[in-house]
Amino acid sequence: MNAVIDETSRAVPSARGAAHHAPGHYYEFRPYNIGRWIVWGLFALLLAVAPMVFTSSLSHTMLSQMGIAIVVCLSYNMLLGQGGMLSFGHAVYSGLGSFLAIHTLNLVSKGSLPIPVSLVPIVGGVSGALFAVLLGWVTTKKAATPFAMITLGIGELVWAMSLMFPEFFGGEGGVSGNRVTGSQPLGITFGPQIQLYYLIAVYTFICTALMFAFTRTPLGRMLNAVRDNPERVEFVGYDTQKVRYIAFIIAAFFAGISGGLAALNFEIVTSEVVSGPRSGAYLLFTFLGGATFFFGPIIGGILMVIAFVLLSELTKAWLLYMGLVFLFMVMYAPGGIASLIMMNLRVASFGRLRELWVSYLALAFTALIVLLGAAAMIEMVYHLKLNAALGPELKFLGINLDAHGLNSWFGSAFVMLTGLGLFELARRHFVRHWGEIQEFIEKEIKRREAL
Amino acid sequence: MSAVVPGLAPADIERAATSPATTALTGSAPPYALELKDVRKSFGKTEIIRGASLAVNAGERVAVIGPNGAGKSTLFNLVSGRFAPTSGEVLLNGQRIDGKRPFEINRLGLSRSFQITNIFPKLSVFENLRCGVLWSLGYRYTFLKFLADLDDANERAEELLEMIKLDKKRDVLATNLTYAEQRALEIGITIAGGAGVILLDEPTAGMSKSETRRFIELIKEVTVGKTLLTVEHDMGVVFGLADKIAVVVYGEVIAFDRPDAVRSNQRVQEAYLGSHVADAQAGAR
Repeated sequence: MNAVIDETSRAVPSARGAAHHAPGHYYEFRPYNIGRWIVWGLFALLLAVAPMVFTSSLSHTMLSQMGIAIVVCLSYNMLLGQGGMLSFGHAVYSGLGSFLAIHTLNLVSKGSLPIPVSLVPIVGGVSGALFAVLLGWVTTKKAATPFAMITLGIGELVWAMSLMFPEFFGGEGGVSGNRVTGSQPLGITFGPQIQLYYLIAVYTFICTALMFAFTRTPLGRMLNAVRDNPERVEFVGYDTQKVRYIAFIIAAFFAGISGGLAALNFEIVTSEVVSGPRSGAYLLFTFLGGATFFFGPIIGGILMVIAFVLLSELTKAWLLYMGLVFLFMVMYAPGGIASLIMMNLRVASFGRLRELWVSYLALAFTALIVLLGAAAMIEMVYHLKLNAALGPELKFLGINLDAHGLNSWFGSAFVMLTGLGLFELARRHFVRHWGEIQEFIEKEIKRREAL
Repeated sequence: MSAVVPGLAPADIERAATSPATTALTGSAPPYALELKDVRKSFGKTEIIRGASLAVNAGERVAVIGPNGAGKSTLFNLVSGRFAPTSGEVLLNGQRIDGKRPFEINRLGLSRSFQITNIFPKLSVFENLRCGVLWSLGYRYTFLKFLADLDDANERAEELLEMIKLDKKRDVLATNLTYAEQRALEIGITIAGGAGVILLDEPTAGMSKSETRRFIELIKEVTVGKTLLTVEHDMGVVFGLADKIAVVVYGEVIAFDRPDAVRSNQRVQEAYLGSHVADAQAGAR
């Protein structure tokens, strides 16, 4: 038996070698893809220099959170973009990863567990994966709408549990820890935010690379096939549930790592991290970034932090604005920001992007006018509802508005409607122009094919 | 690299229709490549397949014909595992497969195509074919290897590309192919895993006459040495392609024989063929 195997394994490479000498007939594997090295090099460089460019403590906090959000959005996109699984409960796995990580951190602090703090996120990852092994089998039994509903159910289940078991979930106050503990090699305590940032950056880079690598493996490709056409997958020998299940576990692993990083970053974990709104945020921002391209969720993760940290400071109505953005994205650019970028790159590669600048400027300017008018009214409503005690006057972008005054309302409405009309004009012009360019590109592609 | 699955050269993928193991089970006579014994299927109270029996030898090309609604596609669905039969037996190389899931049946060496094009629309042509190849080469659910390193799978997918004459469309998304090209890809995915028994459900559905003729040649080429069952409506094609014809009427196989024998079969003429045979004969003259 052994001899047979040895013989075949020796025979196969030689046969393959022969095949490669046949003139241009077979698939040739190119080990070095320079473009890819450059992209990954730039990504690493960006992660490394970002905190040197943005030096304030607020930006360090935000950069840390961005790394965490990038990992979790990418992991979510394994389900949504690559597997066609619309999950409403991804926070279960990142959240439980967070809890296990913070409990581990506390064990380290007590001295009963001798692992370095830098490895705590991996505990989060492993526990996320284990929970997925447990809960994922039921979840992935079905695809599409039933899948979405099961994830919703499991999300609710875990959320309810978080209120029932305060020993583990810490009740209202959550569970807190202290990351400055355990062995401190080379004097790295992770006390200062900048040290933690670099830990997060390393994890972000490695996780992103691993998740990208996953898309290039047999399972990764079959996951795309399951997304496209689960029925056919069954007729080429694959059990679709198993494909979904394994992918689900892997996605939960990375979600757990992000949860572990979050535990280290905030040093407190409350039951809010397993909640439905958190899952919803992952969905929303992964979608905004763009689920159809691998790098889309990276944009999504960055936007998530900007929205949560900056936008929420700027206005109380930030969730309303986010909802509007989401709405328009689903309607007009279902491929997210990533697809907008890629479509424009395509236009650029055919040398037609420059002529669109005027249209884009017009669109942006008129949209801004609409936003100005709409935002003024939204802010007045919010002011009336939340700050009634302060009187009807409010300042909006340096303009004094009177939430009870007809002038303010008519003014804002006028601005908005004017903007809307102008925007529609600009949009029509743009659509015509865009369509004409797309036609040109199609023709050009046909022409090049014919050559 | 692929050392985990040694000896899986393309020649070995072709799961021989009669493997020693299955022959041993049934004694000296080699089992049929595909055998149906009194297969029945009811949906609710309606019995669609009413005791179909069929025995196909390895390497035979069988055309399954019959009027619309006779149950041809349902029969294929029962054999390929899309539905489980209500009663009866389906044997593949002597092994019971009725009630098994589609992927289990596929792994045992039976592959099918669909009447309505059933491909992976957002993957390229090459990726479509590679998806059809992966399981048969033993790569299963692995995520610890890069696709680019799987030389045998890539070579096999390239071979398939040339076989179905889509090598110029290698990196085009399947959804952007023409209808005829999608039908070819459908066949390509079906034969990709190297299954010994191939079921084609109306492979030429919706094609023009000339496309059909070319396509039948393609099917002949890519199924050399395999057991083939195909549903087909064009009688000219049927008599040109098939070694044997199975006539399905009202959920029963009322005749299964060589084309000329079927043509002169009284029961077939009465039940169904009549005018078609006259057409075909007129066309032949």
